[in-house]
Order: sequence, then structure tokens, then C-alpha cells
Amino acid sequence: MNQIQGDIVDASAPIANSTPTVRVKIENLCKDFRTSKGVTNAVQNVSLDIQRGEFVTLVGRSGCGKTTLLRMIGGLLAPTSGTVHVDGKELWRNGRVDSAAIARLGFVFQDSNLLPWFTVIDNIALPLKLRGVSKAERRERATTLAGLVGLAGFEHSYPRQLSGGMRQRVAIARALSTEPDLLLMDEPFGALDALTRERMNLELQRIVGETESTVVFVTHDIPEAVFLGDRIVHMTPRPGRVHQTVSVDIPKPREVIVQTGREFNEIVRDLRTALDQDG
Amino acid sequence: MNRTKALPWIVAPATIIVILVVWQAWVTLMDVNPFIMPSPIALGKEFGVLLTEPNTWAQTLITVSEVLMGFVIGVVSGLAVGIVLGKVAWLETSMRPLIIIAQVAPKVAFIPLFVIWFGFGMTSKVVLAAILAFFPVMLNALLGVRSVALGQRELMQSLNATRMQTFGQLELRSVLPYLFAGMEVAIVLATTGAIVGEFLGGSSGLGAMVVSAMSSLNAARTFALILLLSLIGLILYVIVNESKRLFIPWHESVYALQEA
Repeated sequence: MNQIQGDIVDASAPIANSTPTVRVKIENLCKDFRTSKGVTNAVQNVSLDIQRGEFVTLVGRSGCGKTTLLRMIGGLLAPTSGTVHVDGKELWRNGRVDSAAIARLGFVFQDSNLLPWFTVIDNIALPLKLRGVSKAERRERATTLAGLVGLAGFEHSYPRQLSGGMRQRVAIARALSTEPDLLLMDEPFGALDALTRERMNLELQRIVGETESTVVFVTHDIPEAVFLGDRIVHMTPRPGRVHQTVSVDIPKPREVIVQTGREFNEIVRDLRTALDQDG
Repeated sequence: MNRTKALPWIVAPATIIVILVVWQAWVTLMDVNPFIMPSPIALGKEFGVLLTEPNTWAQTLITVSEVLMGFVIGVVSGLAVGIVLGKVAWLETSMRPLIIIAQVAPKVAFIPLFVIWFGFGMTSKVVLAAILAFFPVMLNALLGVRSVALGQRELMQSLNATRMQTFGQLELRSVLPYLFAGMEVAIVLATTGAIVGEFLGGSSGLGAMVVSAMSSLNAARTFALILLLSLIGLILYVIVNESKRLFIPWHESVYALQEA
């Protein structure tokens, strides 16, 4: 099934448009939501190239379409118009997602969305189970990942026995289990307290560095966006558009201490001023 | 916590003992006609006699078989229909009037028809038990399929899961707690169905024994049989309820009790 679809896409995808270093190419992407009260332009004419290995953060006020944009990149929501290419493959064709294009993709949601009937290990290994990886192999991989996100010793706990931060780490480990090199994260640490959040940011930076992944990360927390991002995409609401993109040239890996530095704070201040003007 | 745990083991037996004492005192002091109300002691004696009769066990086997067969048929078909109706919204909407009519119809009233169609044997009782067990399971399964969290559905979607995988890993497992809620009601209704069936048609099973004891104005025996039926119903209910620990140990209804 995957192969057949992959072949069709390979034959017709406009590969010429994308240079080898572009992971995700978004062109004139629009999404309208039709309700009884009329049409909402959640995302309007967004174009964006995301480079291989780049960490892009999407910031903006609530309702600016950042989550909608991420869901379209992740194959969860069909765009009204425009195209998304992942590794040169067109993601959406006639409102249907090309499963070959999202095969190397990991999605982390606002909620951990763990399945309560599975232990930590089985939750992490779920994507591998769906791909038919043998039980021994996926358990071994899941155990390694549990260690990577700092959950060694909790492998056989159930989600209800974990704190919010631990659950979210399980969700990240699950997203990493298939070794995706494109991670889409929708405010993954939004529900965590400030200290846990800071620790998770460092962990994420380390994991992304080790796996050389490309990341698109949605947040409404400006310092978080600046701390993690190589590039910050600032979106404005009604209609959802890209207002500006800001590069962060602070070298990686970044220590917590950079947050007190001048460069960091200038970027944060400018973004905050710009976001304030969005109304 | 220890006190709350021990409480039911003290209060419930104490209440039963109080009731028995008051009952015995009332029958003795007021000299109540034993044809109308036997004393607890007479009832206990009769119950002992009943348990030593081989025929009692033969009839118990018949009744329990009817209950279990009806229960299994009702649960399996209720689960299947509930899942299909839960997944296919237009089918559920178009079938809803029929479902409501079938649900509110007094199904026990159909037993004479079942006797005409399926005879005086076990089949007519199994059919009634199955129909009574079907509805709570079907309605709960339908609710369960509809209640799968949207986020978990999106997770399966983001993991590129096939329909079968989403069903096996997510929907079926989400339905299990609802299935057990339905089965707890269904086992009681299946027991009721089998006994009422035996009351009204045929001459075998504990229900028929109740009718024959009543016809010979043997109140003690009638009471003893009701006691036996209640115990059977209790055992069946406890089996269904306890099997939750095995099948859904992760669910609140199970672990909340264990950790309390």
C-alpha cells in the first residue's frame, strides 16, 4: 500500500521545486473553517521552507493558526488550498494524506494522549507495534527510549501513576520510537510548571541534537521559542498569516544561562513588542 | 482507611442478623400462619432439605445453563450491534425509532409467543434471557465507541494506523469498561429472564419448582427456592464484576478500589 502510493507520488511530485536541503516546503497554504456564523480564515497564504536539521518555532497569540498550520504539516488536517511537500513528496492530494510522506514524522500533542491500558513501555512502543516490529525488538527499543527521556525505572508503570511531566516525556519517547527525523510538536510543555518545562527544553535540545532531527515547535511562550529555535516564525491572527521570521544565531547547544544574555533578551523583547501590536 | 474497608463486613451481616431476629420474633409472638410466612428457622431447615435433594441440582443446572447461554448470546450480539451502530452514525440514526420501541416493549410479555415458537424446552428461556441481556450491552457498547477521546484518535491517525489497527488497539479497548458496565446489568437481567421463562412455560428449572411449591401452598419451600435463586444470581454477578480485575486492571473502576 505504502509502496504503491509512494511510486505514484514520486512520479508526479515536483521535485524540481525543492532543493535537497529543504525538508518541508509550504506554499500558499490556506485553511478555512466554515461554521454557521461564516467562514474563518484560520491560515491564509502561508509559505515557508524548513531546512534539514532546522529547529523552527511557531509563536503567536491564540487563534493565529499556528496549531492549524502544524496539523496540516502533520497530515491531520486537510488544507483548503496550497501545498505541503515533505522530502519532495506532496503530502495532501485531494484532501487525502499520502502515508509515505508522513512515515518519517513524529507528532507530539498538547496532551500526552497516552493509552491508559498500556504501560510506559507499551505506550512508547505503540508506533513500532503498528509497523509490525517484533515484540522483543520493540521492547528493547522502548526501554532505551525510556532511559533517554529519564524514565528508567518506570517502564512498567501505567500512565495514571505518572506526573504530567512524566506523561509528556512518554509521549516524546513514543514520537521518537520510529526514529523520525521530522518532529512536529504542539505546545508539548504547555501544561508543565516552569522548572519542569526548563528541564524538558534542555532534554529536548539534547535529544534533537543527538538525533539530528528537524523540528517544528508550536508555543505561545516567547522565551521558550527563542531558547529552542534556530528560527522563529511569528504568526498573526484573523486571518492567520506569517508576520515575520526571526533567526536566532546563539550557538547550540544552549545553556540555561543564555536566557540572561543580551542577544537573547533583545530578541525576546522585540518579539514581545511585535506580538503586543497584534491586538 | 482500614475502618472504611472493614465497615461493610460488619454492617451488612449485622443488618441481616437484626432482620432475621425481628422476623423470627414477629412470627413467633404474633403466631403467624406458616402457610403465609414461615419463620427463618423453618426456612433454614427447608433450605437444608432442598440442597440435599438431587433434583434441586439437576434443575439448578438447567436454569444456570439457560442464564449463561442467554447471557453469552446477548453479550456477543449486543457488543457487535453496539459497535456497528456506534461506528456507522447514519445507521444508528435511522434505526433509533426501532431500537427505542424494542427497548421499551415489555419483553417478558413475549414469553408465551416464544413458547409457541421454540417449545417448552430450554430454547424459549434462553431466547428471553438473551434478549434481556442484549439491550444494556448494546447501548453501553454504542456509547463506548462514541466516547473514544478525540486526541487518541488523532494519535492513531498521526501514527498512520490502519482502520483495523485503530479498532484493535484503541476502540475495542476503550469499549471494554462500558462493556463491563453493560454486562453487570445483563447478567442480572439474563437470570431474571430465564426464571420468568420457567415460571410461564414448561416444567423444568428452578422457576418451575417455585411455581410448583407455590401451587402446593408450601411457603417455606417457595422461600427456600427464592433464596437459592438469589444466591445463584449473586454468584453470577460477582463473577462478572470480579473479572474486571482481569480484563481492565487499568480502569478507574478497578484500581480506585484497590488503592483506596
